[in-house]
Amino acid sequence: MFVKLAWRNLWRNKRRTIISISSVAFAVLFSAVISSFQKGTWDHMIDNVVRYYLGFIQVHHKGFWDDKTLENTMALEDIPAAAMNDPEIVPRIESFALASAGDITKGVLVIGVDPGKERTISSLHERVVEGVYLKADDQGVMVAEGLAGHLKLKLGDTLVMISQGYQGQNAAGAYPIQAIVRFGAPDLNKQLVVMPLSLAQYFYGTGERYTSLVVNLPNGRDDLDDALERMHRIFPPDRFEVMDYRELMPELIEAQKLDTAGAKLILWVLYALIGAGLFGTILMMTRERTYEFGVMLAIGTHRSTMGAMLWFESVLIGLVGAGIGILLSWPIVWKLYSSPIQLSGKLAEAYEQYGIEPVMKAAYEFGIFLAQAEVIFIISSILSFYSVWYVMKLVPVKAMRE
Amino acid sequence: MPIIEAHGLTKTYNPDKVPVHALRGVDLTVEKGEFTAIIGPSGSGKTTLLNIIGGLDRPTEGKIRVDGIDLSTLTDNQLIDFRQKNIGFVFQSYNLIPVLNVAENTEFVMLLQKRPKPERERRVEELLKAVGLEDKMDKRPSELSGGQQQRVAVARALAPKPSFILADEPTANLDSKSAFNLLDIMEQLNREEGITFIFSTHDSRVIERARRVLSLVDGEIAKDERR
Ligand SMILES: Nc1ncnc2c1ncn2[C@@H]1O[C@H](COP(=O)(O)OP(=O)(O)OP(=O)(O)O)[C@@H](O)[C@H]1O
Ligand SMILES: [Mg+2]
Repeated sequence: MFVKLAWRNLWRNKRRTIISISSVAFAVLFSAVISSFQKGTWDHMIDNVVRYYLGFIQVHHKGFWDDKTLENTMALEDIPAAAMNDPEIVPRIESFALASAGDITKGVLVIGVDPGKERTISSLHERVVEGVYLKADDQGVMVAEGLAGHLKLKLGDTLVMISQGYQGQNAAGAYPIQAIVRFGAPDLNKQLVVMPLSLAQYFYGTGERYTSLVVNLPNGRDDLDDALERMHRIFPPDRFEVMDYRELMPELIEAQKLDTAGAKLILWVLYALIGAGLFGTILMMTRERTYEFGVMLAIGTHRSTMGAMLWFESVLIGLVGAGIGILLSWPIVWKLYSSPIQLSGKLAEAYEQYGIEPVMKAAYEFGIFLAQAEVIFIISSILSFYSVWYVMKLVPVKAMRE
Repeated sequence: MPIIEAHGLTKTYNPDKVPVHALRGVDLTVEKGEFTAIIGPSGSGKTTLLNIIGGLDRPTEGKIRVDGIDLSTLTDNQLIDFRQKNIGFVFQSYNLIPVLNVAENTEFVMLLQKRPKPERERRVEELLKAVGLEDKMDKRPSELSGGQQQRVAVARALAPKPSFILADEPTANLDSKSAFNLLDIMEQLNREEGITFIFSTHDSRVIERARRVLSLVDGEIAKDERR
């Protein structure tokens, strides 16, 4: 009954209600699209780095992350046996080298991987655009597309690298390029060389040592906390450091936080404006019915009943608006999710300069839509306090003298 | 037992600033089945008296008992329930909830009382027949004439079977034909079903129909005639 009453009351002034609902719908539409976009672009960017390179969790010899020298590596015999047998724990050796081809020289990032295990973790094999993916005993390397371009190298050419090896040895080698791989993250694409683990160990003269163990999460981010706990249990903290991706790339995570906070601020301003408009409607909807409330009170309607009705009226405007906004934003978000926008030209360059893949992609998450509805629900509930307060203090005799 | 007993009712508005003495000591007893008019010039306190009898307002001094209950003992919330159960109200105009149709307006108080649906439907039909609006059930108040709206208000007031109906100038905004028609219905309900009506009015043609006439002058009962 009071639901029906509230619903009909909304339509007493159709124009006003439609304007209010539209403004809420617009805010929700805007906010859902912006939030999805913002989250999607960042997730995509972070995923690019995490999935194809960094991994969600890494374990190192204590101190390696701050001082990435080969002296800070883990010897096979020091690593708990449980870890080496765990199929989700993938060993790597990572260091730097100077690569040259012809008269071009460039600093590169070398990673030695276990090609089989690496498949599960970084989907490196999916990144191969030319040639064949590594096998454990191959003597060739895979070079990132950008780097190959820079060095003017093609499949089958030889890459020459020199570096400082373990305990100050000289490291030098020449390797045929057996595959070209493409990375989304521009930083990686410009400097990565991938070698079979044993070849890299030989190159750096480390023997059976590793710089890092990357922990695979079959279900992605959802498993992070459990896996972290497990790693902390396996690796004694006096000799190892266990780091998650947020610690591994703090700048990126900071940038994401800042950007998200900025976007949130804009959305809050938008919601505040919409809220002010909604409040005007609620104010009018309440005051113009003073006499009617007086009659209702006189014939025995409790203030709480009327308050509930008025609350429901506000919330209805809010939720109908939010519903429409969500319905409108849904296809847009879906579109931007299923076919991300590839940026080009100046904008793309700007992105790349910051090491960001020039792709804008929306996240397609129910939670983002739900969050808009929740915000609107809360705003309209808070605004309805005015009408509730108004009927709570209403005196029928006074109301009916107006 | 009388349904209304008032002793020494006074009502002073704005006691601190410029006091308005709307009632200055009213004694009144109303028995079941009365058809009583309260008359008096504008500002004589008719509305104030009806509001106090109806538990919409509290007297400054004096005692008021309705159905044997001393209204000063009830809290505001208890008064709301009391009004809902014991008293039917008809105001001068805009009695009805505009977004509800005639039938819904009529059943409104019964809904507040959570009466079962079949009972509500039966009662609505019976009452709308009694006020001659059985064919207007689905109409909104704005689609009715002023007289028809007042008849719906009477039907709504009667719906929960209150002890009496208070009507403050129910015919003030009606043309004479509608006014007579409303009076006819009220009289008939009074005669045939023994429903007690207390109404205020300025209208001499309405006054003629009352069986008891209380004249208020300056907040006091100047005359109390029975016919
Ligand atoms: N809430 C109020 N505040 C201040 N004064 C009031 C209030 N209600 C009524 N009065 C005053 O009390 C006096 C009696 O008013 P009341 O409305 O009872 O008269 P009435 O007989 O119903 O008049 P009318 O025929 O014009 O309806 C008037 O002088 C009125 O101005
Ligand atoms: Mg009056």
